[in-house]
Amino acid sequence: MPERAAIRAEATRLRTMFEAAGAQPVETSVLQPAEVLLDLYGEDIRARAYVTSDALRGEQMLRPDFTVPVVQMHMEHGAEPARYTYSGEVFRRQEDDADRANEYTQVGFELFDREQPQAADAEVFFMIYSMLSSFELRASTGDIGILMAAVEGLQTTERRKRALMRHIWRPRRFRALIERFSGRAVVPESRMALLAARDPLAAAGPVIGLRGLDEISSRINALREDAAADPISEQDVLLIDAILAVRETSDNALERLRDIAVDMPAITTAVDRLAARLDALDKRGVDVTKLDFEASYGRTQMEYYDGFVFGFYAENRPDLPPVATGGRYDALTRQLGQGREIPAVGGVIRPGLLLELGGVG
Amino acid sequence: MSLKLGVPSKGRLMEKTFDWFGEQGITLGRAGSDREYAGFVQGIDNVELILLSAGEVPRDLAAGRIHLGVTGTDLVREKLGGWENRVKELAELGFGHADLVLAVPTCWVDVNTLDDLDAAAAAFRLKHGFRLRIATKYHRLVRDFLRDNGVADYQLADSQGATEGTVKNETAEAIADITSTGDTLRANHLKILDDGLILKSQATLFKSRMAEMSDADRATLVALKEKLRID
Repeated sequence: MPERAAIRAEATRLRTMFEAAGAQPVETSVLQPAEVLLDLYGEDIRARAYVTSDALRGEQMLRPDFTVPVVQMHMEHGAEPARYTYSGEVFRRQEDDADRANEYTQVGFELFDREQPQAADAEVFFMIYSMLSSFELRASTGDIGILMAAVEGLQTTERRKRALMRHIWRPRRFRALIERFSGRAVVPESRMALLAARDPLAAAGPVIGLRGLDEISSRINALREDAAADPISEQDVLLIDAILAVRETSDNALERLRDIAVDMPAITTAVDRLAARLDALDKRGVDVTKLDFEASYGRTQMEYYDGFVFGFYAENRPDLPPVATGGRYDALTRQLGQGREIPAVGGVIRPGLLLELGGVG
Repeated sequence: MSLKLGVPSKGRLMEKTFDWFGEQGITLGRAGSDREYAGFVQGIDNVELILLSAGEVPRDLAAGRIHLGVTGTDLVREKLGGWENRVKELAELGFGHADLVLAVPTCWVDVNTLDDLDAAAAAFRLKHGFRLRIATKYHRLVRDFLRDNGVADYQLADSQGATEGTVKNETAEAIADITSTGDTLRANHLKILDDGLILKSQATLFKSRMAEMSDADRATLVALKEKLRID
């Protein structure tokens, strides 16, 4: 493990480079109100963040990342467009793998820009790409917006689309829902019995708890409506599968997605965005014929990203986590903005890992 | 030095453990009065009996303070992250059976599977403005289980006892708790989800992977395993 002082020096070097690119340095508190993070991530965040509390402020978390507090800060009093940089430690609870760091330094860059989102994607990616150019790293990219557009475009009920959108970041549950909505999954016996019952509430017995009979009835109605709705077509399922299977260099991936868009026009706008992004990257000198693109990239790790996603990996050190990661998180700003939103994209580098890979770039 | 064996200090778990060792020709017992937590071992040399609370056995195994310990699988998995690297299961003792299960009110006729629970949780959050509460003391096990099964929009409410009563008291909407027969659940108008079995637990003899051992201790362990007929 590199020494703290060396990591701090490397962090300062990286942050200075972000500052030179026009980013304003910002600081955030180490202790963050737990409520905001729990609202965003749900109970799972407790497995990944350290929770503490006092009698006055209630539960707080040691910051698991900078993005949320930086977005909050920007939403309160930021000018547009804005570029921010920061460096400091983040804390991640590790319960299963003692070799993973539970405290490490991140240096980040966040860009809030309403006008040209694809140019902004390219700016953030290229910034980090060039800062890491002297290391032998493989870049992975993806775009969660394409899968989301495909779900929106399905010929099915609004309720099913909402359910699928809710589980975009949980691939197993997403798959199970697709199987169910397309009529491929076996309907559980208990569900059959419920749907067949003339008066399902007759068996309810005493009603206890906060979830009332009205809620139970309304879900039964929803289940009945769903059972009466047509299944998602074989064709649509194949198209979703085809999208999820796209894993090629970016230029070929774009061609492949264009082909899929012929049969699924709903993804056309999202694919156009990918094309515009690749153009912007190309203009900056990134060879997109060598840049990997994977349509399902970032679905398990990065739940607030809802568009472009990227990561940089040391190929000769598969034991290490990614050296840098980032992506677009428009929906996060919507959730934190209480009615307001601003398109945003950002990324972080881990200076400690750079040092471990053999020094300064 | 001697090989330290940790055993629950009271109740049926202690008696059954004593019986189990007794059947293999090793007598365990409490020294002195009932209030004293010292023990004796007969039938094998150089084994020291340490009586402690069942809940402390996992921690002491992981810290290497005891070489062997008897406790429930549920407690080891709940309390020890990366438990396979810190302890090893030597033998299941065939008693103390208990299942950790997820249960919801029987009146929820629309909820029978985890898939239902997830959908109900989403609707509940929209209506009530907070995430559906699941009362439990097994936070890690329940969270891991629900994550693996893709259930979202819930929160865990800590409950260290009388967990079955939390739904009626409206401090939780569902529970995850240990049950052996399901009688308490039924009496509290709760039902187990069809796929709501989180863990099957029973009393188990564990070996610490962390405790230091002398050559003499190793020889004692070999002799003990031979007597207990453990490979």
